[in-house]
Formats: sequence, structure tokens, C-alpha cells
Amino acid sequence: MNAQEAALDPSTWLKVESFLADYAHRLDDGLIDEWTGFFTEDATYQITTRENHEAGYPIGIMLCKGKGMMEDRVLALKTANVFEPHTYCHIVGRPDLKEASPGKLAARSNFVVYRTMEDGEARLFASGKYLDRIVVEGGRPRFRERRVLLDSRRIDVLLVYPL
Amino acid sequence: MNSPSFAATAAALTEPLDWPEEGVARVPFRVFSDAEIYALEQERIFRGPIWNFLCMEADVAKPGDVRTTWVGETPVVVTRDHDLELHAMINRCAHKGALVCLKQRENRESLTCVYHAWNYGLDGRLKTVAFRNGIKGKGGMPEDFDPSKHRLQPLRVATFCGLVFGTFSEETESLEEYLGAPMSKFLARNLGRPLKVLGVHSQMIHNNWKLYAENVRDSYHATLLHTFYTTFNVNRLDMDGGIILSDKKWHHISYTKRATLAAEKEYDSVHSSQFKSDLAGPELLKAWDEFEDGITHSIQTVFPTLVVHFTLNSLAVRYFVPRGVDKTELYWVFLGYERDDAEQQEMRVMQGNLTGAAGLVSLEDGCINSFVQRGTRASPEAEAFIEMGGKVAESNESSRATEASVRGFWHGYRNIMGFH
Repeated sequence: MNAQEAALDPSTWLKVESFLADYAHRLDDGLIDEWTGFFTEDATYQITTRENHEAGYPIGIMLCKGKGMMEDRVLALKTANVFEPHTYCHIVGRPDLKEASPGKLAARSNFVVYRTMEDGEARLFASGKYLDRIVVEGGRPRFRERRVLLDSRRIDVLLVYPL
Repeated sequence: MNSPSFAATAAALTEPLDWPEEGVARVPFRVFSDAEIYALEQERIFRGPIWNFLCMEADVAKPGDVRTTWVGETPVVVTRDHDLELHAMINRCAHKGALVCLKQRENRESLTCVYHAWNYGLDGRLKTVAFRNGIKGKGGMPEDFDPSKHRLQPLRVATFCGLVFGTFSEETESLEEYLGAPMSKFLARNLGRPLKVLGVHSQMIHNNWKLYAENVRDSYHATLLHTFYTTFNVNRLDMDGGIILSDKKWHHISYTKRATLAAEKEYDSVHSSQFKSDLAGPELLKAWDEFEDGITHSIQTVFPTLVVHFTLNSLAVRYFVPRGVDKTELYWVFLGYERDDAEQQEMRVMQGNLTGAAGLVSLEDGCINSFVQRGTRASPEAEAFIEMGGKVAESNESSRATEASVRGFWHGYRNIMGFH
């Protein structure tokens, strides 16, 4: 943490840590309808790869600009997209939190996600890091931006549920 | 070692394959899971008289650029030397056979095998051998060792519209002849100007490579499996399109045209192909009319493993690499043009959501082929029934409710494999 960044007060820290854990737990519990509630109206959600990120390429795996596009993703996966049913288990590392200005935080945390398919196979599906911009308004954290940077360029089978 | 002539080394299968008498309207399921057939394909197709897609020319734009890739299961390295010549060779040291290049992309003065430091020029010629004269007069290579007799095994290379192709066979016709005029013309429509890479990733699909080759030629399944457009009532304003097959039926183009042509308005009605839909985030489909021919969606294949799609303004090259009889890696290279302005690039970026491993209209293809793989594995003697739109493999410029391009693929496949 550099000198310009004020120390984060412990109650905000706890609130944000619990917010980050909650996000993963809701997805892992299949509560996909609650996913968009973690974001501000104009938030950006992107899944991309380390390779694209380092090359400065704008197209990754998934990109939603605004909650509307996230809602479309959820509706699409529930009603349009065809795929073998599966569940996720996120293991998220302890976040590195920085307060850029009052109520505005930058966070980074590492993750691995195991995916269990309908046929019973459970395998490591993704590893990487979350790069987040979080706003805390009325005591409530929300993602202003969540960038999911995958270590690998390769997706096994397909990606349909957000990470 | 020279590449084997396929006629001379055509090893017979332990159990011969008799193709069903219905011809291209049937496909024996055995071809998707038989390891012997898979091995024969490596020889007759990938090392045979065809042009394989290797990489984008942008990958090897500068002198010293090195890009590793594959031709079938064979690891290949593509380089650009200091005279700007392109080279492709097997990524396998002439000494012990180790991979010489390990990174997907890098820039190097020469190529050195890490095992015993054999050093090659960017053209694959052996330059130096470590300890060739031994140490303190002991050891070293024999007197008759001739470095010019050892090199990285070369492939012939040719380029077209920013795509680099390679072939192992001296018998392969020129790339121009291989593609043919109609295919070349359409590739040039889509790729014939300075390209800009916008993103890359890959997808491991658990099926034989030919199931994806069929799938991408299958215009019958598009609106049935991929229901994103209909679910969101996307008013596509499209009329039906058509199918064009190349002379040998190896390659194909499938296209859709919008119903109302307004070619003269092409450049002053940037947003005329806006779509009405129930999308909460309609920016996803924000598009502009890019070409005067009215074609809004197209997918083109070049046998065996190259695909170019242009859906609205989303342009991408896909290529797939066999990773075993029941595994295939599908690569996506999303493209724009150097000439694009910021708004146009943004539209291509948002439409990037339609395809790829998480593509709203393509993600199903990641699993559907594995459903066929799993469904057919235990029934090698049973066969697929492919009669939508007829029993022959002919172009059809009036309908896409046809499996003509799929039959075309099998026509070409049977010929090159000698399966009659």
C-alpha cells in the first residue's frame, strides 16, 4: 500500500471481505438470479485471459457493460443456451484492498474454481485473479467493475455461468 | 526424413472400412473413435496434399518473429527471417527430436534447442553444433559429420489475405488453386485489408476433430440449437441465404442476406442494421452495414481445419487442432481492421459476446459435438443419416435448410482418405 492510500477502517474491510465471499457463495449455490445484484447499474463485468490482458486485446471471453447485459446473460443461460448442467466451487484467496478515495476501493484476489459436471466429474476449471473496483454506498459494497483474469487461454468445453 | 508419399505408405486398416452404399448421406460412426483411422488421417490429410492453416501473418510480422503451431498432431514453428522471408518447419530438433521452440510467440535471432544447444537459422538450417570438435581434442562429431545434412524439416509456405498456410507435400497444388476463385474472393472480401487482432482464446472440446468440421458446415442446426436470437425476439430482417461449395467440395461458404438492400445508403446509414429485440442491453447487437452485397452473416471453411466467420460486424478466424481421437482444441482469433474507428471497434468488441467459448450463439457447439462423441462411441457399426436438403453435395443458393456442406466435407474426406 503506498503513502497516498489511507488505511482502510476495519469495519469497511470486513464488510468488503464478506461481500467478496458472498458473491462466490451465491454463484456456487446456484443463485444465479442474485448475481446482478452485486453490481452497480453501469458496472462492467469481464472475463478475459492473462494473454489478452497483457497484449491489450479488448475481446476476452465475456463482456457485460451495464446491468442490462448481465441480466440478458442470466436470461440466456436459463432459457436459450444449451449445456450440460454443472456447478461451481470457488476458492477465493484473501483480498488485497486499497481505498482510492472515500467509498471507492480497488481489490485484487486470487481464485480457483472447480466445476462438477452432470456425469459426476469434478475438475479444476479456472484459476486466476479478480481485479475489482468497488463502491461502498449507504454501507453497501457493489462492484463498479469486476475483471476476471484467467491464467489460461484455454476453456474446457464452454463457459456459461459467470465466475 | 522426407514426408511419406501417401500412396506409397497407405497402410491398410486392420479392419477395412466399407463406406455405406448411400455414400455421403451416411457416415459410419467408427470414423469418430477409431484410433487407426485417426493415425491414417495424420498421414493422408494433415501431412498429405492439402494446405494447413498455420497462423496469422500478424503473428510473424517482424524479422525474428517466431510462432509455434500445429499441423494435425505435428508441432510446427513459423518464422520470419531478416530478409522478410517466411519459413515453416517441424518444431523438432534434428538431433534428439526435442521441441526447439517452446513459447507460443517470441522474437529471436536464431533457434537453439535447449537440450544440446544445436543452433539453427530462422530458415531452419543447422548453423552450429555444440562441442562439434570435442573438448581438448577429445570427443566431438566424426570427421564425416556434415551440418548441411541436418536441418529442421521444412514445410512449403504460402500466404493469402493475412493467413499463413503450410503443406508437407510436394504434390499439393498452389494455394490459389487449392482455394479456388469463389473461396478466394470471399476470403478477400472479409480479410483482404490490414487486420487488427482484437482477442484470442481457445476451447478444448471433447470430440473428434471431424465432428467440429461437420458442425461448422451444418446450416441446419443453427437456429435449432442456438436459440439466443429467437429467445430475445431479435428481429433479424434476414432472408434466407445460400451455400456455396468449392470444386472438390472441401471448402464452403454459408451466407445470409438482409431482406432490404439499401446499398446506396451503405455509408450514410451506419446504424441501419439495428435490431429490434427484447434485450435489456441492446448495445450487444449495435451494428453497422459494412458491405454492399447485403450479406450480414457468413461462415466459410477451408479444408481441413480453418473457419472464418463474419456475423454482423464480428469477424473471427477459428481453427481447430486434433489433440487425440476424441479431443480437439478450437482456437478463436477475433479481428477488426486497421481502418476501424473507435465506435466501429467498440461494436466489434460487444458483438464478440456472440461467439467464442462463452458465445451467446456459439457456446452450445462446445458440448454438442461431445454429445455425439459419447452417443456414438459404442456403436462404430451404426451410421449418421444426413439427407436434409437431398442426398448429394451441391451448392444451394436458395436455402440453408440443408446439410449439403456436411455432405461436401464427407465427399472430400472419402476421396483423400481412399474410403470408397
